[in-house]
Amino acid sequence: MRERDFDHPEVVLCPDGPMLLRGARSVQDADGTVHPVRRPVVALCRCEKSSRLPWCDGTHKVIPKG
Amino acid sequence: MRLPKPRGGLSEWVVARLADAGAAGAAPAADSLEDEALALWTLHELSYRGFEDADDHAEWDPEVLHVRHGLEVALEDRLRSRWEAARPVAGDLPDDVPAALEALVAADDGPSLADHVRRRADLDQVLELLRQRSIYHLKESDPSAFVVPRLPVRAKAALMELQYDEYGDGDPNRLHAHLFARGLEAAGLRPEYGAYIDDAIAENLEMNNAGSLFGLHRRLRGAAMGHLAAFEMTSSIPSRKMAQGLDRLGLDGPMAAYYDEHVEADAIHEQLAARDICGTLAEDEPDQAMEILFGAWTCLDVEARFATAMLASWGADR
Repeated sequence: MRERDFDHPEVVLCPDGPMLLRGARSVQDADGTVHPVRRPVVALCRCEKSSRLPWCDGTHKVIPKG
Repeated sequence: MRLPKPRGGLSEWVVARLADAGAAGAAPAADSLEDEALALWTLHELSYRGFEDADDHAEWDPEVLHVRHGLEVALEDRLRSRWEAARPVAGDLPDDVPAALEALVAADDGPSLADHVRRRADLDQVLELLRQRSIYHLKESDPSAFVVPRLPVRAKAALMELQYDEYGDGDPNRLHAHLFARGLEAAGLRPEYGAYIDDAIAENLEMNNAGSLFGLHRRLRGAAMGHLAAFEMTSSIPSRKMAQGLDRLGLDGPMAAYYDEHVEADAIHEQLAARDICGTLAEDEPDQAMEILFGAWTCLDVEARFATAMLASWGADR
């Protein structure tokens, strides 16, 4: 088997889930507040139901899929 | 940490043998599942931080390993027979492992300790739960760390991305096990590693033993990663409930902060674990696909057994 390169995108849209973002230093939320990032990867809420926007808190899992 | 108090003939033999390699006699049969679980927990601990009153050579002593092997075979047989009895479709290899994991977690109907803590638990119950949880949380993520060298390229890189965050992203102050120790201290409990092992109930010991068994055997790498995925996939929302319950009881501060951190961290980790670790592992090593599901199901099952026992002891199971 030949060695190959792998996809390793900075932005990943998880099906029915958050957006993973790699390598960000800060994120501005919808209200204009800038949040510092302390992790190599963060999960940003896409369902807008998170209790800690802009971050995902897993709430999407209890929302019925459309 | 010092060796635990024995709970039967076999754990008594193990404690004596680890304290003194010259201790004579063959290992007796276990008196109970609890005796057996404590014996195996004690033997596994030799591969983590060990005991100040045990001989460090015991970890690789053939006589000791022989006993450990027997206990591991019995535990694995028990876990597999539970899985075989419960699994919905026999022999069907999942072609989409992340989706299969999601379905498995969605179908989990075990009782929730976090629900109880959020709404009804009193302070004594919560402190007892924290003492029980300390057995795992003070070595949080350590079982998965054993698996790193046993994985193909993509799963290995993804596991390291997850573990790096578990271990504080390079900052010792943010290492999850350390956050939990700070939380224990702030709640008036003992923060030292293994301080509450003598309080750990049999279901808790078995839950910890299952994680160690999967982590310590290369053969069980798929089960270890499935276990990790199920753990992360059932952490964010319960962690939020735990933090709410702690706030309700006036334990806001470092312990609530520990659970708060897990709301955010595990919403990331569950994606990495299901997709980038388990998904790619199953693609690269298709024979691991069913093992991943076995590990994931077992994680949910041992937690359900632990939760059932705790709630019953509080009369909160109705």
